[in-house]
Amino acid sequence: MELIKQPWPWYVAGPLIGLIVPALLIAGNKAFGISSSLRHICAACIPANIAFFKYDWKKESWNLFFVAGIVLGAFITVIFLSNNEPVNLNPETIADLQALGIRSFDELMPEDIFNWSNVSRPIGWVFFLMGGFLVGFGTRYAGGCTSGHSILGLSTLQWPSLVATMCFMAGGFAMTHLFLPYLLKLL
Amino acid sequence: MKNLKYALLGAIFGGILIKAEVMSWFRIQEMFRLQSFHMYGVIGSAVLTGMISVFLIRKFNIKTIAGEPIVIAPKVFTKGNIYGGLLFGLGWAVTGACPGPLFAQVGAGFTVILVTLASAIFGTWVYGLIKEKLPH
Repeated sequence: MELIKQPWPWYVAGPLIGLIVPALLIAGNKAFGISSSLRHICAACIPANIAFFKYDWKKESWNLFFVAGIVLGAFITVIFLSNNEPVNLNPETIADLQALGIRSFDELMPEDIFNWSNVSRPIGWVFFLMGGFLVGFGTRYAGGCTSGHSILGLSTLQWPSLVATMCFMAGGFAMTHLFLPYLLKLL
Repeated sequence: MKNLKYALLGAIFGGILIKAEVMSWFRIQEMFRLQSFHMYGVIGSAVLTGMISVFLIRKFNIKTIAGEPIVIAPKVFTKGNIYGGLLFGLGWAVTGACPGPLFAQVGAGFTVILVTLASAIFGTWVYGLIKEKLPH
């Protein structure tokens, strides 16, 4: 039980994530991918006569069950299978983030940024509204996210997925090193 | 119901995202600051495992549990892989999450991420709206 409650090292978690790819294929020819769920939600709730959302989303409803499962699985794991200790970060990362104004390192996410009172403040507009928009718009424009491109796409040796993955990383490095220091001044 | 198995697989995936702290904003920062191997190890070993699995499925002609042949749709290159990829990368470092981990953050009790998720759904919707005007 102690082993389960501790955070898992990469060499345990990574292969388990990789096994989701064949599990979905064998379960019913489903391609691992999460960002499509956002499209299905649009098609189901706000299609607005847009051609991109006119398709039979119900045929893809497995994907919505999959993401609902993620929420539930995360919830159960946090409540019953975690030791709830702070993330064991590299001290250099902590020092870098402290220099940028982050104060709380007790949980999986920094409370300084990710709390409800920030929804009405510019920091929240940047981290929730702009951040979420970039994730939703960018993944669909790219035709997939880390799961669909970086894991499924690379697993099946598809070069467009390699291009997409390199761009994901380039965007992330640019944000972290060029823009984030300014955005965190909003704290 | 046939969709329940996907909910179960999703739950397992969500659990792993927590156990490996992959949905942690801090871990994503560590990755983009090149200060830990953790995330690279997770993604790298996931890809390797996926690759070996797909190889075995093809080599032994493994079928689905319903007995159908397994088909994997090819990814077609568009300029969107580049432009969209860069935009998503920017968002990844801000939210500390790709779409899967966003759902896991909500499940982990960070309910304010519902706002991020709503914004991500809106972003997808706007893409659908202006898709024809974007370079692909």
